[in-house]
Amino acid sequence: MDLSFSPEEIAFRDEVRTYLAENLPKRISDAVRNGTEQTKEMAEEWHAILNRKGWLATTWGVEFGGPGWTPVQKHIFEEECCRAYAPRIVPFGLNMLGPVLQAFGTKEQQDTILPRILDGTDWWCQGYSEPGAGSDLASLKTRAVRDGDHYVINGQKTWTTLGQHANKIFCLCRTDPEAKQQEGISFILVDLDTPGIEMRPIKLIEGGHEVNEVFFTDVRVPVSNLVGEENKGWTIAKFLLTHERTGIAGVGFSMQSLEEVKALARKVRRGGRPLIEDPLFAARIARAEIDLEAMKITNLRMLFKAQQQGAPGPETSILKIKGTVIHQELKDLARRALGPVAAPFPGSMTDGNIMFGPEGTSNNAARYFNNRKTSIFGGSNEIQRNILTKTMLEL
Amino acid sequence: MDFNLTEDRRMLQDSLTRYLGDKYPVDHRNKVAYALPCHDPAKWEELAELGALFALAPEDAGGFGGTGFDIMVVFEALGRALNPEPMLGAAMASRLLTKVGADQEGLLSGAVKYAVAVGEVEAPYELDQIACTATAKGDGHVLSGRKSSVYGGQAADVILVAAMLDGKPALFQVQASDAQIAGYPMMDGGGAAEVLLDDTPATLLLADAAEALTDALNAGALALCAEAVGAMEVTHATTLDYLRTRKQFGVPIGKFQVLQHRAVDMLTEIEQSRSITIKAAAELDGPDASRFVSMAKNLIGRAARLVAEEAIQMHGGIAMTWEYPISHYAKRLVMLDAQLGDTDYHLSRVMAGLRAA
Ligand SMILES: Cc1cc2nc3c(=O)[nH]c(=O)nc-3n(C[C@H](O)[C@H](O)[C@H](O)COP(=O)(O)OP(=O)(O)OC[C@H]3O[C@@H](n4cnc5c(N)ncnc54)[C@H](O)[C@@H]3O)c2cc1C
Repeated sequence: MDLSFSPEEIAFRDEVRTYLAENLPKRISDAVRNGTEQTKEMAEEWHAILNRKGWLATTWGVEFGGPGWTPVQKHIFEEECCRAYAPRIVPFGLNMLGPVLQAFGTKEQQDTILPRILDGTDWWCQGYSEPGAGSDLASLKTRAVRDGDHYVINGQKTWTTLGQHANKIFCLCRTDPEAKQQEGISFILVDLDTPGIEMRPIKLIEGGHEVNEVFFTDVRVPVSNLVGEENKGWTIAKFLLTHERTGIAGVGFSMQSLEEVKALARKVRRGGRPLIEDPLFAARIARAEIDLEAMKITNLRMLFKAQQQGAPGPETSILKIKGTVIHQELKDLARRALGPVAAPFPGSMTDGNIMFGPEGTSNNAARYFNNRKTSIFGGSNEIQRNILTKTMLEL
Repeated sequence: MDFNLTEDRRMLQDSLTRYLGDKYPVDHRNKVAYALPCHDPAKWEELAELGALFALAPEDAGGFGGTGFDIMVVFEALGRALNPEPMLGAAMASRLLTKVGADQEGLLSGAVKYAVAVGEVEAPYELDQIACTATAKGDGHVLSGRKSSVYGGQAADVILVAAMLDGKPALFQVQASDAQIAGYPMMDGGGAAEVLLDDTPATLLLADAAEALTDALNAGALALCAEAVGAMEVTHATTLDYLRTRKQFGVPIGKFQVLQHRAVDMLTEIEQSRSITIKAAAELDGPDASRFVSMAKNLIGRAARLVAEEAIQMHGGIAMTWEYPISHYAKRLVMLDAQLGDTDYHLSRVMAGLRAA
């Protein structure tokens, strides 16, 4: 048993660390650190920087422009990015559609679409969920009806993350309403400029705009936009589920949050002493740190296994469940540490002379509420438990 | 033994609940709650006419209530409707005015809005850490310092301020127009203010006010507990409705046993919350008020977070939206923990009691 990285892996980590120190603009890392809403421009700028280095599409095959990293290297890269407060990679084109096209797309689709993802020409969003089809995704109703060389799409998608920045959407649509639920679904690419599409913002609990609903009325899409075979879209959806799993534990983000909480508890004074000296609060931090320390190793153990077996197994659901709970707990502590000072609605204190908590903490309550989403999306924690029950416990 | 409310209190609670349900629905609430002054004067007046304020003071102070149970009844109704009006300040101020024997007709009729300023940035809850100072000047006093998170301060006419005088926390009355007030809406709706005092003229109400202030803080914490109980019950009922109607995999999600059991756990915590609130209300005027209020605020800090988080989780994405009322209930339930002593603060008060005993 040896818990340390190999000398090559350490060299790789140092290379990543140096690269980030030299190339991640401070303006951008500051915005990430302060939890201000990330702009489209910032994401695009950061993507472009990574793309120049060849480090943008970490999940892609080398022949398509991926860096050819092992799972451990990917892990190291993600962890270092968090450490440096790099923005999250917007995953829809890079980590979802890209791998799908590489596995299921035609040569022409690969040649035309993949380069535009890399260079940022296209911003993709994910059109899976519908008002009536969340956890039970296979019950989706959005219809695509063949009409000559086109599909005509009618229906509604919802929860479309960052759709307001996107020019393209990949959708699961029902192409055979007679077949068994999973067998009548197709994976179709849609240009958001096509007539008949309307996108409306959804305001989230904390007041932010990051998701949308998308309405399709007689939207005509060329048949060549079908990915894979007609009625075989569910296979692609399932394939994607395994691909969404790298970094699913969010260990890097939790480490980031833990450091923030510790720093905050040293700065905030409560009852005449730093909050970190309050044994009750210190115990909260310590418990979270213990859970995270174990999660780091759980994560590495599963990475190790994936590296040996070639693919992650169903046990990665454990990473999703515990990883989100730990991160949510840390976000709770970041809000809690501020006490009543966390209360002002972000941006509502217009008098810049009146300071509240330490710098960069004015969104702590908003971030706590926003992060409740992580145990709901990407397969809710209940659905993950169902998966584990079936696959690992065999009950 | 009788756990029924008296006829009068039941009627008050019913009429407040009905009024708020009809006249202060959640969409109106959200409009008021998130924009300064976080206060609707016409509705405030109507609430006062219904007796929501008179219930806060005893008869000899001009009201018709003033006990822990009266506070409980009023605030539970407010909590059910997630009402953002500056009632907390009124409840605490009424306790203080009663203690010092000052006239509170203005407060009880709703004509004068009060807020109570005790907490500071570095001492949000602790009376013995107050940094704000009072100095004698002419035949009155002036105050200097910053009071933080003054609930209702953004809409108040009069602010009752705790400031150090001769090494002891004393109680002063300040006209809001004499102070610099920076109001803001809060994450969970409703308003508060930072009150900046700089040689601000003030009237001394009570020189040695530690006991009176503790009592007012206890009453405020009790009010928050009752508010949470009201909000938790609505949150739970709404969640149950959703479990019955939302279908996935061809069945209402309420058929999934894992969700059933969690809904039961919520219920259990809400029942416990109601019980400890009743106990705190019963003890509010007794010698152990602080101990029981702290028990209530600690328990409710834990229960309210559980109920809020579980309600969101069991709804799924819909409860993450601004448009769906439960998101606002959840925010209120989580954020009220940090008002007037969070769950850790109150736990340490209970712990201190163990050591003393
Ligand atoms: C902020 C945010 C961003 C999102 N971004 C996207 C996006 O970009 N693209 C996209 O397509 N979708 C997106 N989603 C949608 C997300 O995938 C769904 O919210 C998720 O699948 C859950 O579906 P639902 O919200 O309809 O909840 P429901 O499926 O209705 O679930 C409600 C509750 O029931 C539970 N439940 C359901 N079935 C079972 C069961 N069999 N056993 C036990 N419990 C069960 C759930 O766990 C949950 O607690 C996003 C959601 C959010 C909140």
